[in-house]
Amino acid sequence: MNIFELANPKRFMRFSAALLPWFWTIAVLCLGAGLYIGLFRVPPDYQQGQTVKIMFIHVPAAWVGMMAYASMAVASLFGLVNRHPLADAAAKAAAPLGAVFTALALITGSLWGKPMWGAYWVWDARLTSFLILFFLYLGYMALWSAIEDETRAARACAILALVGAVNLPIIKYSVDWWNTLHQGESIFVKGGPLIAPVFLWPLFLMAFGYTFLFLALWMVRIRTEILARRARTLQLRMGTA
Amino acid sequence: MRGFQALLYRDLRLATRAGGGAALALAFFAAVAVLVPLGIGADLKLLGRIAGGVLWVAAILAALLSLDRLFQADYEDGSLDQIALAPMTLETSAAAKIVAHWLTTGLPLTVLSPLLALLFDLPQAGYVPLLVSLGIGTPAVSAIGAIGAGLTISIRRGGLILPLLVLPLLSPVVIFGAGVVSGALSGLDNGAIWLLSAFSLAAVCLAPFAAAAAVRLNLAG
Repeated sequence: MNIFELANPKRFMRFSAALLPWFWTIAVLCLGAGLYIGLFRVPPDYQQGQTVKIMFIHVPAAWVGMMAYASMAVASLFGLVNRHPLADAAAKAAAPLGAVFTALALITGSLWGKPMWGAYWVWDARLTSFLILFFLYLGYMALWSAIEDETRAARACAILALVGAVNLPIIKYSVDWWNTLHQGESIFVKGGPLIAPVFLWPLFLMAFGYTFLFLALWMVRIRTEILARRARTLQLRMGTA
Repeated sequence: MRGFQALLYRDLRLATRAGGGAALALAFFAAVAVLVPLGIGADLKLLGRIAGGVLWVAAILAALLSLDRLFQADYEDGSLDQIALAPMTLETSAAAKIVAHWLTTGLPLTVLSPLLALLFDLPQAGYVPLLVSLGIGTPAVSAIGAIGAGLTISIRRGGLILPLLVLPLLSPVVIFGAGVVSGALSGLDNGAIWLLSAFSLAAVCLAPFAAAAAVRLNLAG
């Protein structure tokens, strides 16, 4: 099936209604199994003790935080090039989800950092670039809410998302570069957490679960957006009639 | 090219005459730089070490100050419509505005920076790197800032939202720019100057297109 056929809101509503229960089921099963194995079955790490288990919540959140930006950028590109409102709605819907997953990664990261690094926040390269990613999400959402005209807001935000997408790898690189320059201040043990297979399984389960959780929430948000627009149109029509 | 020149001269005149605000950016730059020692203490050794970073951050904040009016003033009085109708691409106009903004903020900030560095007791070896890094890096601030300025044209309090959009995108400039100075002070060749040049060049080349696209969407409809 051509993906552009889904650009028709009616078709998208039907398609997503059929998929959503599956997405929810996969997300719940994977997250449930992953959490159970990760928290109760996996032995504590010889170096990090029980705190290693934060990883199962932290790492997939970071992955999905990045994936959400990629989804947002791709949707923005389609919105800008194909001028389709559904792509705009998809980009808009992805931003708050991405921000929440990024915030979750930051919070769990600093909770892990306290016992490991001795501080809630260390200017580690990955933490720093994630903080910048979080600010990119905030800027995107702020711009969207500041422009009243819906299509204009969508266009402006699409440009911002694409500029950010071009700039993100550079930001990532520059922060890495900056961090190696300041290496003396970081307590990160090089080559410490080489992941053992026993940790890998629940991590993959969690990553799978997070991904489907994101997809399901994203779909719900797009559906809500479509319904809200329909409601607004109806309201306008009734108002003028 | 004549249109580029005409727009450039016009913007330079507007910025330097009464109410233009070019001098205000300089005053803001100096005021921020003076507040830092008041906040962290007068230890000259410490100040000398952080001078490069502080001046870079202050310069970016000062450049942001006048950015929100880059297109907005013309948008409000209708001259932006005339500029868009002129027989040259909007990209060219955006480039002219970026150059004008740099000439009236980035360049004066660069020239003023050694004087402020003196107040921070920047070690001798840091002056030329500071000047060069600001000279190379501030065009990128004007260029990326212009994208943000274009996006926020129609927002009444655009000046409030602009820093949130632009500052995260500028983090490489701060890192490499301040890295040039700290690299020179510690005597190691960290290559920051090349990375800064590359980033600045790419930003100056690509930003006019994004800025013009942003302006265009605000003029349509």
